[in-house]
Amino acid sequence: MNIVHMAAKEFVGMFIDDGSLALLALVLIAGIAAAVKLLALPPLLGGILLLIGCLVILAQSVRRAALRLP
Amino acid sequence: MTNLAPLVSTVSAAFLGSFVEVVEAFTIVLAVGLTRGWRPALTGAALALAALAAFVLAFGPLLALVPITTLQFVVGVLLILFGMRWLRKAILRSVGIVPLHDEEAAFSNETAALRRQAGDRRADYLAGLAAFKAVLLEGVEVVFIVIAVGGAHGQTLAAGLGALAAFLLVMMIGLAVHRPLARVPENALKFVVGLMLTSFGIFWTGEGLGADWPGADLALLAIFAVVALASLAIVRWLRDARPAPAGGNLR
Repeated sequence: MNIVHMAAKEFVGMFIDDGSLALLALVLIAGIAAAVKLLALPPLLGGILLLIGCLVILAQSVRRAALRLP
Repeated sequence: MTNLAPLVSTVSAAFLGSFVEVVEAFTIVLAVGLTRGWRPALTGAALALAALAAFVLAFGPLLALVPITTLQFVVGVLLILFGMRWLRKAILRSVGIVPLHDEEAAFSNETAALRRQAGDRRADYLAGLAAFKAVLLEGVEVVFIVIAVGGAHGQTLAAGLGALAAFLLVMMIGLAVHRPLARVPENALKFVVGLMLTSFGIFWTGEGLGADWPGADLALLAIFAVVALASLAIVRWLRDARPAPAGGNLR
Protein backbone atom coordinates (compact mmCIF):
# COMPACT_ATOMS: atom_id res chain seq x y z
CA MET A 1 0.00 0.00 0.00
CA ASN A 2 2.90 2.26 0.82
CA ILE A 3 4.34 1.65 -2.64
CA VAL A 4 0.98 2.39 -4.30
CA HIS A 5 0.66 5.59 -2.27
CA MET A 6 4.20 6.59 -3.18
CA ALA A 7 3.63 5.90 -6.89
CA ALA A 8 0.32 7.83 -6.82
CA LYS A 9 2.00 10.77 -5.09
CA GLU A 10 4.80 10.71 -7.63
CA PHE A 11 2.28 10.55 -10.47
CA VAL A 12 0.48 13.67 -9.22
CA GLY A 13 3.85 15.35 -8.65
CA MET A 14 4.69 14.73 -12.30
CA PHE A 15 2.11 17.32 -13.30
CA ILE A 16 2.03 19.71 -10.36
CA ASP A 17 5.16 21.43 -9.09
CA ASP A 18 4.10 25.05 -8.90
CA GLY A 19 0.40 24.76 -7.99
CA SER A 20 -0.35 28.21 -9.38
CA LEU A 21 1.11 27.32 -12.79
CA ALA A 22 -0.94 24.12 -12.98
CA LEU A 23 -4.12 25.88 -11.85
CA LEU A 24 -3.72 28.77 -14.29
CA ALA A 25 -2.97 26.35 -17.15
CA LEU A 26 -6.11 24.34 -16.36
CA VAL A 27 -8.22 27.52 -16.13
CA LEU A 28 -6.80 28.68 -19.48
CA ILE A 29 -7.56 25.34 -21.15
CA ALA A 30 -11.07 25.19 -19.65
CA GLY A 31 -11.78 28.78 -20.71
CA ILE A 32 -10.62 28.18 -24.28
CA ALA A 33 -12.49 24.85 -24.51
CA ALA A 34 -15.67 26.56 -23.27
CA ALA A 35 -15.22 29.42 -25.75
CA VAL A 36 -14.74 26.95 -28.63
CA LYS A 37 -17.68 24.73 -27.68
CA LEU A 38 -20.16 27.32 -26.40
CA LEU A 39 -19.23 30.64 -28.01
CA ALA A 40 -18.20 29.31 -31.42
CA LEU A 41 -14.62 30.57 -31.11
CA PRO A 42 -12.75 29.16 -34.15
CA PRO A 43 -10.71 26.14 -32.87
CA LEU A 44 -7.55 27.35 -34.61
CA LEU A 45 -7.82 30.68 -32.82
CA GLY A 46 -8.34 28.69 -29.62
CA GLY A 47 -5.12 26.78 -30.31
CA ILE A 48 -3.19 30.00 -30.92
CA LEU A 49 -4.59 31.54 -27.73
CA LEU A 50 -3.56 28.38 -25.89
CA LEU A 51 0.01 28.75 -27.16
CA ILE A 52 0.22 32.41 -26.14
CA GLY A 53 -1.50 31.79 -22.80
CA CYS A 54 0.83 28.94 -21.86
CA LEU A 55 3.87 31.13 -22.54
CA VAL A 56 2.45 34.01 -20.48
CA ILE A 57 1.70 31.63 -17.58
CA LEU A 58 5.21 30.17 -17.80
CA ALA A 59 6.81 33.62 -17.79
CA GLN A 60 4.67 34.69 -14.84
CA SER A 61 5.55 31.52 -12.91
CA VAL A 62 9.33 31.82 -13.33
CA ARG A 63 9.20 35.55 -12.61
CA ARG A 64 7.35 34.84 -9.36
CA ALA A 65 9.93 32.19 -8.42
CA ALA A 66 12.77 34.62 -9.21
CA LEU A 67 11.26 37.34 -7.03
CA ARG A 68 10.55 34.94 -4.16
CA LEU A 69 14.18 33.88 -3.86
CA PRO A 70 16.94 36.28 -2.76
CA MET B 1 7.94 15.08 -44.71
CA THR B 2 4.50 15.67 -43.21
CA ASN B 3 4.58 12.15 -41.73
CA LEU B 4 8.26 12.23 -40.89
CA ALA B 5 8.12 15.36 -38.70
CA PRO B 6 5.85 13.91 -35.99
CA LEU B 7 7.67 10.56 -36.10
CA VAL B 8 11.07 12.18 -35.58
CA SER B 9 9.61 14.46 -32.89
CA THR B 10 7.97 11.51 -31.13
CA VAL B 11 11.07 9.32 -31.13
CA SER B 12 13.32 12.24 -30.10
CA ALA B 13 11.04 13.30 -27.23
CA ALA B 14 10.72 9.71 -25.98
CA PHE B 15 14.47 9.10 -26.31
CA LEU B 16 15.61 12.32 -24.62
CA GLY B 17 12.96 12.26 -21.87
CA SER B 18 13.67 8.62 -21.09
CA PHE B 19 17.44 9.16 -21.21
CA VAL B 20 17.27 11.71 -18.39
CA GLU B 21 15.02 9.49 -16.28
CA VAL B 22 17.11 6.36 -16.84
CA VAL B 23 20.29 8.26 -15.88
CA GLU B 24 18.67 9.21 -12.55
CA ALA B 25 17.47 5.65 -11.87
CA PHE B 26 20.86 4.23 -12.89
CA THR B 27 22.62 6.41 -10.30
CA ILE B 28 20.59 4.87 -7.46
CA VAL B 29 20.83 1.29 -8.74
CA LEU B 30 24.59 1.75 -9.15
CA ALA B 31 24.87 3.09 -5.59
CA VAL B 32 22.98 0.05 -4.29
CA GLY B 33 25.03 -2.34 -6.41
CA LEU B 34 28.40 -0.95 -5.36
CA THR B 35 27.46 -0.55 -1.69
CA ARG B 36 25.34 -3.62 -0.92
CA GLY B 37 26.02 -5.90 -3.89
CA TRP B 38 24.33 -6.49 -7.23
CA ARG B 39 21.76 -9.02 -6.01
CA PRO B 40 19.50 -6.52 -4.15
CA ALA B 41 20.18 -3.86 -6.80
CA LEU B 42 19.17 -6.01 -9.75
CA THR B 43 16.31 -7.72 -7.88
CA GLY B 44 14.80 -4.36 -6.94
CA ALA B 45 15.26 -2.98 -10.46
CA ALA B 46 13.83 -6.11 -12.09
CA LEU B 47 10.77 -6.13 -9.81
CA ALA B 48 10.12 -2.47 -10.62
CA LEU B 49 10.40 -3.14 -14.36
CA ALA B 50 7.98 -6.08 -13.95
CA ALA B 51 5.53 -3.83 -12.06
CA LEU B 52 5.76 -1.22 -14.84
CA ALA B 53 5.23 -3.87 -17.52
CA ALA B 54 2.18 -5.18 -15.65
CA PHE B 55 0.81 -1.64 -15.40
CA VAL B 56 1.27 -1.03 -19.14
CA LEU B 57 -0.26 -4.40 -20.07
CA ALA B 58 -3.23 -3.78 -17.76
CA PHE B 59 -4.05 -0.22 -18.75
CA GLY B 60 -2.48 0.15 -22.21
CA PRO B 61 -5.28 -1.62 -24.12
CA LEU B 62 -7.87 0.65 -22.48
CA LEU B 63 -6.43 3.60 -24.45
CA ALA B 64 -7.68 2.01 -27.68
CA LEU B 65 -11.24 2.35 -26.35
CA VAL B 66 -11.00 6.13 -25.96
CA PRO B 67 -12.09 8.23 -28.99
CA ILE B 68 -9.04 9.79 -30.65
CA THR B 69 -10.11 13.44 -30.17
CA THR B 70 -10.82 12.82 -26.47
CA LEU B 71 -7.47 11.04 -26.11
CA GLN B 72 -5.65 13.90 -27.86
CA PHE B 73 -7.32 16.47 -25.62
CA VAL B 74 -6.68 14.59 -22.34
CA VAL B 75 -3.10 13.65 -23.27
CA GLY B 76 -2.53 17.19 -24.55
CA VAL B 77 -3.66 18.74 -21.26
CA LEU B 78 -1.47 16.35 -19.24
CA LEU B 79 1.48 17.05 -21.53
CA ILE B 80 1.05 20.81 -21.10
CA LEU B 81 1.17 20.39 -17.31
CA PHE B 82 4.06 17.89 -17.45
CA GLY B 83 6.07 19.78 -20.07
CA MET B 84 5.64 23.21 -18.49
CA ARG B 85 6.75 21.78 -15.15
CA TRP B 86 9.99 20.50 -16.76
CA LEU B 87 10.45 23.72 -18.70
CA ARG B 88 9.89 25.92 -15.64
CA LYS B 89 12.45 23.96 -13.63
CA ALA B 90 14.96 23.94 -16.50
CA ILE B 91 14.61 27.74 -16.91
CA LEU B 92 15.05 28.31 -13.16
CA ARG B 93 18.10 26.02 -13.15
CA SER B 94 19.63 27.70 -16.18
CA VAL B 95 19.59 31.09 -14.43
CA GLY B 96 20.80 29.65 -11.12
CA ILE B 97 17.59 30.14 -9.13
CA VAL B 98 17.30 26.38 -8.58
CA PRO B 99 20.52 24.34 -8.20
CA LEU B 100 21.45 21.96 -11.01
CA HIS B 101 20.73 18.28 -10.46
CA ASP B 102 24.00 16.64 -9.48
CA GLU B 103 24.33 12.89 -10.14
CA GLU B 104 27.56 12.70 -8.10
CA ALA B 105 25.76 14.24 -5.11
CA ALA B 106 22.75 11.93 -5.57
CA PHE B 107 25.15 8.96 -5.70
CA SER B 108 27.00 10.12 -2.58
CA ASN B 109 23.78 10.71 -0.64
CA GLU B 110 22.39 7.29 -1.57
CA THR B 111 25.69 5.56 -0.75
CA ALA B 112 25.86 7.31 2.63
CA ALA B 113 22.26 6.33 3.43
CA LEU B 114 22.96 2.69 2.50
CA ARG B 115 26.11 2.65 4.67
CA ARG B 116 24.10 3.96 7.63
CA GLN B 117 21.74 1.01 7.18
CA ALA B 118 24.60 -1.51 6.94
CA GLY B 119 24.13 -2.73 10.52
CA ASP B 120 20.41 -3.32 10.04
CA ARG B 121 19.55 -6.99 9.53
CA ARG B 122 17.17 -5.84 6.77
CA ALA B 123 19.98 -3.95 4.99
CA ASP B 124 19.73 -5.98 1.77
CA TYR B 125 15.95 -5.61 1.73
CA LEU B 126 16.21 -1.84 2.25
CA ALA B 127 18.84 -1.59 -0.46
CA GLY B 128 16.66 -3.58 -2.86
CA LEU B 129 13.74 -1.35 -1.95
CA ALA B 130 15.79 1.76 -2.78
CA ALA B 131 16.57 0.32 -6.23
CA PHE B 132 12.93 -0.69 -6.68
CA LYS B 133 11.65 2.78 -5.77
CA ALA B 134 14.13 4.57 -8.02
CA VAL B 135 13.34 2.43 -11.06
CA LEU B 136 9.58 2.50 -10.40
CA LEU B 137 9.37 6.28 -9.89
CA GLU B 138 11.56 7.20 -12.84
CA GLY B 139 9.93 4.42 -14.86
CA VAL B 140 6.43 5.84 -14.28
CA GLU B 141 7.63 9.04 -15.94
CA VAL B 142 9.12 7.09 -18.85
CA VAL B 143 5.84 5.18 -19.32
CA PHE B 144 3.88 8.43 -19.27
CA ILE B 145 6.21 10.07 -21.79
CA VAL B 146 5.99 7.07 -24.14
CA ILE B 147 2.19 6.84 -23.93
CA ALA B 148 1.70 10.60 -24.10
CA VAL B 149 3.97 11.41 -27.04
CA GLY B 150 3.10 8.23 -28.92
CA GLY B 151 -0.48 7.42 -28.01
CA ALA B 152 -2.31 10.37 -29.50
CA HIS B 153 -0.89 9.72 -33.00
CA GLY B 154 -0.74 5.93 -32.95
CA GLN B 155 3.05 5.99 -32.57
CA THR B 156 3.38 4.27 -29.21
CA LEU B 157 5.67 1.62 -30.70
CA ALA B 158 8.05 4.25 -32.13
CA ALA B 159 8.03 6.12 -28.80
CA GLY B 160 8.67 2.84 -26.98
CA LEU B 161 11.63 2.10 -29.23
CA GLY B 162 13.00 5.59 -28.51
CA ALA B 163 12.75 4.90 -24.77
CA LEU B 164 14.31 1.46 -25.19
CA ALA B 165 17.22 2.98 -27.11
CA ALA B 166 17.75 5.46 -24.25
CA PHE B 167 17.67 2.62 -21.71
CA LEU B 168 20.21 0.56 -23.67
CA LEU B 169 22.49 3.54 -24.25
CA VAL B 170 22.55 4.48 -20.55
CA MET B 171 23.19 0.85 -19.58
CA MET B 172 26.05 0.54 -22.09
CA ILE B 173 27.71 3.78 -20.99
CA GLY B 174 27.01 3.10 -17.32
CA LEU B 175 28.42 -0.43 -17.39
CA ALA B 176 31.48 0.83 -19.27
CA VAL B 177 32.32 3.70 -16.91
CA HIS B 178 30.92 2.04 -13.76
CA ARG B 179 30.11 5.36 -12.11
CA PRO B 180 27.30 7.94 -12.11
CA LEU B 181 26.81 9.66 -15.46
CA ALA B 182 27.57 13.06 -14.00
CA ARG B 183 28.79 14.55 -17.28
CA VAL B 184 25.45 14.18 -19.01
CA PRO B 185 24.15 17.74 -19.63
CA GLU B 186 20.94 16.98 -17.76
CA ASN B 187 19.51 20.47 -17.63
CA ALA B 188 20.04 21.08 -21.34
CA LEU B 189 18.29 17.77 -22.06
CA LYS B 190 15.46 18.63 -19.68
CA PHE B 191 15.13 22.05 -21.30
CA VAL B 192 14.75 20.47 -24.75
CA VAL B 193 12.38 17.77 -23.49
CA GLY B 194 10.29 20.41 -21.68
CA LEU B 195 10.06 22.37 -24.95
CA MET B 196 9.06 19.25 -26.88
CA LEU B 197 6.45 18.02 -24.39
CA THR B 198 4.90 21.47 -24.02
CA SER B 199 4.74 21.79 -27.83
CA PHE B 200 3.15 18.34 -28.18
CA GLY B 201 0.67 19.28 -25.45
CA ILE B 202 -0.39 22.53 -27.14
CA PHE B 203 -0.61 20.81 -30.54
CA TRP B 204 -2.77 17.93 -29.34
CA THR B 205 -4.97 19.99 -27.07
CA GLY B 206 -5.62 22.20 -30.10
CA GLU B 207 -6.39 19.14 -32.24
CA GLY B 208 -8.65 17.82 -29.49
CA LEU B 209 -10.55 21.11 -29.65
CA GLY B 210 -10.91 20.68 -33.41
CA ALA B 211 -8.15 23.05 -34.57
CA ASP B 212 -7.04 22.44 -38.13
CA TRP B 213 -3.42 23.54 -37.74
CA PRO B 214 -1.93 25.11 -40.89
CA GLY B 215 0.58 22.68 -42.40
CA ALA B 216 -1.01 19.80 -40.44
CA ASP B 217 1.69 17.94 -38.46
CA LEU B 218 4.38 20.41 -39.53
CA ALA B 219 2.67 22.95 -37.26
CA LEU B 220 4.26 21.01 -34.39
CA LEU B 221 7.68 22.29 -35.50
CA ALA B 222 6.39 25.86 -35.68
CA ILE B 223 4.90 25.58 -32.18
CA PHE B 224 8.21 24.14 -30.94
CA ALA B 225 10.10 27.07 -32.47
CA VAL B 226 7.77 29.63 -30.85
CA VAL B 227 7.97 27.93 -27.42
CA ALA B 228 11.77 27.62 -27.72
CA LEU B 229 12.27 31.27 -28.68
CA ALA B 230 9.94 32.44 -25.91
CA SER B 231 11.69 30.24 -23.31
CA LEU B 232 15.14 31.48 -24.34
CA ALA B 233 13.83 35.05 -24.16
CA ILE B 234 12.53 34.33 -20.63
CA VAL B 235 15.99 32.99 -19.65
CA ARG B 236 17.64 36.11 -21.02
CA TRP B 237 15.08 38.36 -19.31
CA LEU B 238 15.66 36.64 -15.94
CA ARG B 239 19.45 36.82 -16.37
CA ASP B 240 19.23 40.55 -17.07
CA ALA B 241 16.93 41.10 -14.11
CA ARG B 242 19.07 39.16 -11.64
CA PRO B 243 22.72 39.27 -10.62
CA ALA B 244 25.03 36.68 -12.23
CA PRO B 245 24.25 33.24 -10.74
CA ALA B 246 26.78 30.90 -9.21
CA GLY B 247 26.86 27.88 -11.47
CA GLY B 248 23.62 28.51 -13.30
CA ASN B 249 23.71 27.43 -16.94
CA LEU B 250 21.88 25.29 -19.43
CA ARG B 251 23.94 22.26 -18.51
